[in-house]
Amino acid sequence: MQESRTNAPDPERAGAMEELARDPSSRKRFLRMVGGAGAASAFAVFLAACNDDDGGGGGNSGGGSGSSPDVASPAGVASNRETGGDPKEGTSDIEILNYALSLENLETSFYGKVIDSGLFRGSQLDLIKKFADNERQHRELLEATVEKLGGTPAAPVKTTFPLNSASGVLTLAATIENAGAAAYLGQANRIRDKEVLAAALSIHSVEARHAATLNGLIGLPPTPQGSFAAPLSMEEVLTSVQQFIDA
Amino acid sequence: MTRANPAVPNLNAVEVHGLTRGSFMLRSACAIATVYGAGAIGPYVKHALAQDKAGDIDVLNFALTLELLESAFYARALKLQLSSAVREMAQTFGTHEREHVAAIKETIDGLGGKPDMAPGFAFPIRDERSFLALAQTLEETGVSAYNGAAGQIQSPEVLAAAGQIVQIEARHAAAIRTARSRAPAPLAFDKALEMEQVLQAAKPFLKT
Repeated sequence: MQESRTNAPDPERAGAMEELARDPSSRKRFLRMVGGAGAASAFAVFLAACNDDDGGGGGNSGGGSGSSPDVASPAGVASNRETGGDPKEGTSDIEILNYALSLENLETSFYGKVIDSGLFRGSQLDLIKKFADNERQHRELLEATVEKLGGTPAAPVKTTFPLNSASGVLTLAATIENAGAAAYLGQANRIRDKEVLAAALSIHSVEARHAATLNGLIGLPPTPQGSFAAPLSMEEVLTSVQQFIDA
Repeated sequence: MTRANPAVPNLNAVEVHGLTRGSFMLRSACAIATVYGAGAIGPYVKHALAQDKAGDIDVLNFALTLELLESAFYARALKLQLSSAVREMAQTFGTHEREHVAAIKETIDGLGGKPDMAPGFAFPIRDERSFLALAQTLEETGVSAYNGAAGQIQSPEVLAAAGQIVQIEARHAAAIRTARSRAPAPLAFDKALEMEQVLQAAKPFLKT
């Protein structure tokens, strides 16, 4: 179950990201999904790093700046991430809210398809329906909050998930929920408005509950990271969910 | 404990299971390097220290008292007759709370504050059932306490650390609820409690 860190490129995901880098319409959808300049700059940064990559193949993707970033060791970079500047710089609350909304849209769409798949019955189906309802309420609050701040809520996008077996779906659900919790955690100290922070935190801990519960269903501990949960950045999360967004 | 500073997310320890990790995480890390660079720590720390430290120390001492309470609670539970699954849970969660205590103390020290002393605690638990019931109450209170106090935190570093801890409390709450055949996430939005409300809730377990 536990995927080890590896330098070997994953062909499937490499393909999706290559397409994103190469295909303008795919890129437009990606940017529309998250909305705003934050996403655009995240993507530009991603492209710059990707173009410097020699492991994924097809490194001649268009649209990159062509610059060669000074790449430090991934581990060192990762541990410096949150201390690398004022975390509130660069991204507005509306952008963070739309990022969260995009994730909630994705989760809502995922659970809807899981419910429709007929793979689950009884108590597991009840649990999934309850989680789906939680996500729908998260989505509604985030949409309302974006509008209240004068922004335009990110629209749902078309998604595709591999729904082949109940156990595979539970593993995917756990992956998505753990990433979702880490996504909220990654934004908490970048939010400016206290009410937005309160809303995000009230959702964050619910995503954590979902993640812990799903972990239990697939034989993982509720707290796989031990005593302190680790955040994920916007870039990391968007990169990992991109594979579920229809081209 | 290998984590020296709770405010620095230990990404090396990140193990997201299943599909999300892999080679792309390495690329993402590369992407982040281009945004921030590895040498940009100094200004950030200076900024953090320029914030209102006194308020953060108060919030941290509040959190410390809660973590001390939870830590003592799980230690007490291990003296009961417990099934092996529940005993393992009490052991693991107890370790988490002890590490939260250590990290919070360290953070208070780092800000030049003085960590509060541990009060005496007493818990009305006598068997697995009463342990799990009170565990749920305490973990739920912990989640709401952090969610309620977060808005008062000035330092982005301290806020990040509080977030890393509250997510664990929420995971504990869900696991305990599941062990009690209760819905793990009964509400779409977790509640926030004021510090005063939390201290009132903790009062019955403080020895006078």
